[in-house]
Amino acid sequence: MANIISDETIEYIGILAKLELSEEEKERAKKDMSEMLAYMDQLNELDTDGVEPMSHIFPVSNVFREDVVTNTDGSKDTLFNAPEKKDGGFLVPKTIGS
Amino acid sequence: MNLMKMTAIELGRKIKKREVSVTEAVTAALDAAERKEPQLNSFVTIDRDGARKQAGIVQKRLDEGEIDNPLAGVPVAVKDNMCTKGLLTTCSSKILYNFIPTYTAQAVLSLEQAGAVVIGKTNMDEFAMGSTTETSAFGETKNPWNLSHVPGGSSGGSCAAVAAGECTYALGSDTGGSIRQPSSFCGVTGLKPTYGTVSRYGLIAYGSSLDQIGPVAKDIADCAAILETIASYDKKDSTSIRRDDYKFTEALIDDVKGMKIGIPGDYFGEGLDEDVKNAVLKAAERLKEKGAIVEEFDLSLVPYAIPAYYIIACAEASSNLARFDGVKYGYRAKEYEGLHNMYKKSRSEGFGAEAKRRIMLGSFVLSSGYYDAYYLKALRTKALIKQAFDRAFEKYDVILGPTAPATAPKLGESLSDPIQMYLGDIYTISVNLAGLPAVSLPCGKDRAGLPIGLQLIGDCFQEKKIIRAAYAFEQTRNYAYSPFAEV
Amino acid sequence: MSKIYETVIGLEVHVELATKTKIFCSCSTAFGGAPNTHTCPVCTGMPGSLPVLNRQVVEYAMAVGIATNCKITRYCKFDRKNYFYPDNPQNYQISQLYLPICRDGGIEIETAAGKKTVGIHEIHMEEDAGKLVHDEWEDVSIVDYNRSGVPLIEIVSEPDMRSAEEVIAYLEKLRLIIQYLGASDCKLNEGSMRADVNLSVREAGAAYFGTRTEMKNLNSFKAIARAIEGERARQIELLEEGKQVIQETRRWDDNKETSHAMRSKEDAKDYRYFPEPDLVPVVISDEWIAQVRSRQPEMREEKMARYQTQYGLPAYDAGILTGDKTFADLFEAATEICGKPKKVSNWIMVETIRLLKENGMDPDQIQFSPENLAKIVRLADEGTVTNTVAKEVFELVFLKDIDPEAYIKEHGLSTVSDEGALRAAVEQVIRENPQSVEDYRNGKEKAIGFLVGQTMKAMKGKANPGMVNQLLRELL
Repeated sequence: MANIISDETIEYIGILAKLELSEEEKERAKKDMSEMLAYMDQLNELDTDGVEPMSHIFPVSNVFREDVVTNTDGSKDTLFNAPEKKDGGFLVPKTIGS
Repeated sequence: MNLMKMTAIELGRKIKKREVSVTEAVTAALDAAERKEPQLNSFVTIDRDGARKQAGIVQKRLDEGEIDNPLAGVPVAVKDNMCTKGLLTTCSSKILYNFIPTYTAQAVLSLEQAGAVVIGKTNMDEFAMGSTTETSAFGETKNPWNLSHVPGGSSGGSCAAVAAGECTYALGSDTGGSIRQPSSFCGVTGLKPTYGTVSRYGLIAYGSSLDQIGPVAKDIADCAAILETIASYDKKDSTSIRRDDYKFTEALIDDVKGMKIGIPGDYFGEGLDEDVKNAVLKAAERLKEKGAIVEEFDLSLVPYAIPAYYIIACAEASSNLARFDGVKYGYRAKEYEGLHNMYKKSRSEGFGAEAKRRIMLGSFVLSSGYYDAYYLKALRTKALIKQAFDRAFEKYDVILGPTAPATAPKLGESLSDPIQMYLGDIYTISVNLAGLPAVSLPCGKDRAGLPIGLQLIGDCFQEKKIIRAAYAFEQTRNYAYSPFAEV
Repeated sequence: MSKIYETVIGLEVHVELATKTKIFCSCSTAFGGAPNTHTCPVCTGMPGSLPVLNRQVVEYAMAVGIATNCKITRYCKFDRKNYFYPDNPQNYQISQLYLPICRDGGIEIETAAGKKTVGIHEIHMEEDAGKLVHDEWEDVSIVDYNRSGVPLIEIVSEPDMRSAEEVIAYLEKLRLIIQYLGASDCKLNEGSMRADVNLSVREAGAAYFGTRTEMKNLNSFKAIARAIEGERARQIELLEEGKQVIQETRRWDDNKETSHAMRSKEDAKDYRYFPEPDLVPVVISDEWIAQVRSRQPEMREEKMARYQTQYGLPAYDAGILTGDKTFADLFEAATEICGKPKKVSNWIMVETIRLLKENGMDPDQIQFSPENLAKIVRLADEGTVTNTVAKEVFELVFLKDIDPEAYIKEHGLSTVSDEGALRAAVEQVIRENPQSVEDYRNGKEKAIGFLVGQTMKAMKGKANPGMVNQLLRELL
C-alpha cells in the first residue's frame, strides 16, 4: 500500500489536527509523511491474522472510584492559566456560526 | 569536597550525619548549574528561591526526625514534562511557555515528601518527541562530554545535568527510550520501570500507553533508591499497578552466579557501531566472568518495533496534544479570526516542527479508512512483540544489548532525516511496547571519547533482576565523570 | 403528492446519570453553582491529569440495560472521540464505540396503532461537555466546565419508529424506566434527557432505507413532534422535486419551526476513535449483573398492582399515579405520613394536575413536599378547614411549598363551627335575600344552595357547611 500524500490530504489533516501550515511546511509534510507511511508499510510483511490488537499491556480491569464528592471549589485553579477570561469562564471567539 | 561528584546516597548520608546541611547541598547544585548553564542549557527553569526555601524546610524536618529517606535533602532536577505546582512547566514547548500548574505530579510529590529538593526543570525534546533534545523551543542542550554533540533525548536535559554535576540525580520520562538513550549518550545510569510502576499523574502525556517516569543518576544504587521512593500504587492513575514488592534496593547485590543472560543476535546486526558492539560484548563478558550464563538468541521482530511504535505513539500524541488549543492555558495566537482560526494559529505557532509532524502522522493513521491498516495493525504487532519477549523471558532472566546503535551524534546532524533518527531508537522502543523495565548504564567510551550505554532488559515486574545485574557489572568498573563534572 | 411515504425514525437519547460525582473525577454534578466551581484538573483537561471511572456510572448503565432487555457486554472499554470544540476541554470526549456496555435490547411501546417493540441497538457511557454562554454584546463566548465530565449514557435505538406518536411513546416509556431506576431525573427542559432524531423517508413498503438526517436541539416532546413533522415534510418535498436528501446534522429552531444544516468546512466528522489508553477495561461478571438486578427497584407494572392491593386504589388512580415517578414518590411519601391513600390520590389527581396544567409545568417541576401535601389532606379530611379553604391554601403549597397548618393558623382560616357566629351570618343572609327565601318557601329546593353559598361567602369560605345548611333549614 503505497501512500502518496496529496495536497488534499494535508489540507484534511490540517482540519482534523487544527494545524495551519505554510506552503513550505506543506511540501515538507507531504514528503515526510509519504516516507514515514512507506516505512510503516513494512508492517504488512507481518502475518497478524488472528492476533488480537493489544491496547493495554497488562490484563488489569475494573479500576473504579467510589461516588463521593471530595473536590471543592476549583474555579480559581481552573482559571489560573487562562489566556483570557470573563465572568468566571474562559473567553473564546464566538462559537455560534463557526 | 565536591558535593556534586557524590552519588545521591553518598550525599544523603552526609546530610543525615549533619556533615553537610541541606542548604549547602542545594546551594552547591544551584551554583554549579548557574555556572555551567551558559554552555550546557540543561535547564528550562532553575528555581533558586524555591529550592533554597525548600532546603530550609527539609532541614527542619530532618532535624525534627520527621524524615528518614536516603534522598532527604539531596537536590534533584525534574524533566519539564512533569507538573510542579507554582513552577513553570513547559514541555520545552512554546505552547506552554507560561504554564504554571496548580498541582504536582505524583512522582515529584513522592520525592518531595521524602525530602528531596527540586532545584529546577530540565530541558527536553518538545513534548518528549525526539532523540536529541534539539526540538526544544528553548534551545538545544549540549552533551557534557563534548559540547558539539547532542545529549540524546528526549530526557537530554536531565541526563546532561546529572553528567555535568548540576544536580545529584534527576527524573526523566521514557516513551521509546527517552531515559535510556540520553543516559547512554551522557554516561549516566537511567532506568525505565515496568509500565504502571510509577504514577503518570501529572506527567504531561506523549504516548499514554508507553510513558513511564524513571530515575537518572550516576549509578544503579541511586536509581534503585529513587525508584523505591517514586514507585507506588496511585489511585489517581487507572493504569497504575499495585505491586507486591517495592524494595528495589534489596537487589543491590554483587552476585550474578547462575543468572541467565540472553543476548539478542538481532541487536548486533547492521547499523551497530563497532565500538559500541565491542564495549557491550565486553560487558557481557564481565558478567560471564562473575558466573552469569550468557547466551545468544534470536529475539525476532526487532525491525517492526519502530513502525509499530511510531504509529501508536503518534496516534496517542495527536489526541493527547489536542488539549493545547489556546483556550485554557498556554499560548494563544495574538491575531485570529474566529474560533477555528484561533485554534489553528495558536497550535501552528505554538508547536514546533517535530511535534506537528507527529500530530499530523497520528491524526492520519487514526483517520477514517486508515485506522485498521495502521493503528490496529500496530496494536497487533505490539502483541506479537510482547509474545516474543515472553518467550525470551521463559529462558532468560535478563536481556543484554546496546542501548543505542551509536554514541551521541553531532548537533544538527539528526533532524533532517526523521526515519534515520527514528532508527536510532531500535533497541529501546520494543521495551516500551512490551511494558518492560530496562536500564542503561555506562560501559565504556568510543574512539571519540563519548560514552557507550549497556542496556539490560527485564521481564515485567522484574526490576530487581536488572538492578542486580547492573550492580554486579558496576563493580567491575569506576564511574567516569564527564569533563564538565570537574569544573 | 402522488406517492405514499413512510417515515423511518431512530433515536439517540442522552441521559445524564444521577451520580453525585462526575464520571472521571470527584467533582460534584450538582446543578447551578458559579461558573467553573465544580471543576478540577481532570474535568478541565489540564495537562497530566488522568481519569478514574466512577463505579456508580457503570452500575446505572447496567441497570438501564437490564431494564431495557439489553445484553450486558462482559468486557467493555472506553474509546476517545476526537474533535475540537471549546466545551470539550481535552478536545476529545471519552466515550465507547467498539465495546459499549449494553447491546441488543428493546422496549415495548403502545400507541393508537397498537403495541410494538422498539429495538435498542446499544447503550454506551460517556462524559458530558461544558457549557458555552454567548456574550450579547461582543463576538465572544464564555466557557463553563461545571457540566464537563457529568456522566451520560447514550441510548441508541434501532430505526424502528414510524411516527412522532411512536417516538413520544418510546421516549415516555424510556424516561419512566430510567426515572423508576433512579438513574436520572430525565428532565428534557434542563437537558438531563436529550434526544437526537435520525429520520429518513422512503416509499411505503420499500425495503431500502432513505438517506437520513440527524436533528439536534430538541428540548421538549412538543419540539420533537414538530421537528419530526417538519423534517418529514422537508425530505418528501426534496424527493418530490427530484432532489436528494443530504446526510447531515441539522439544528431545529422550535420558535421558527424550521431547521438548518450544521455544516462547516472546519468540521470533518472524522472522530478518529481509538481505545482510551488512560482507562482499563471494565469486566462485568455474572455475579455483578445479578447484584445490580437484585437491587433493581419496583418498576411501574409492579407498583400499579401494589397500589390496588395494598392501598385499595382504583386501577385508574394507580395508572395515573405510577405514570410519573414524581407522582408515585409523592403519593407514597404523603400516604406514609397521613395514612389516607385515596384522599392523597385525589389531591394529586385533581388539584395537583390542574395546577400543573394552569402553570404550564411538568410533574418533575413540583416543588412542594409530601409533608405539606399530607397536612392539607389531613386538615381537609378532619374538617379543620373547609374544602374551599383547603383548595385555596393548597395553591400556595403548590406554588411556594408553605406550611399549610401554620398558614391556616396565622390567617385564621379554620372552619367556623361556632353556632352564635353562624346563626348571625345566616340571619343576615336571610334578611338580604328575600327573593330566594320566598323561592325556597315556595318549594324551590335549589334556592337553599344559593343561600348556603351566600353564607359561605359572607364567612369567607370558613363556615362549617353542614351547620350552615342545618341553620338555614331551621330558620326558614
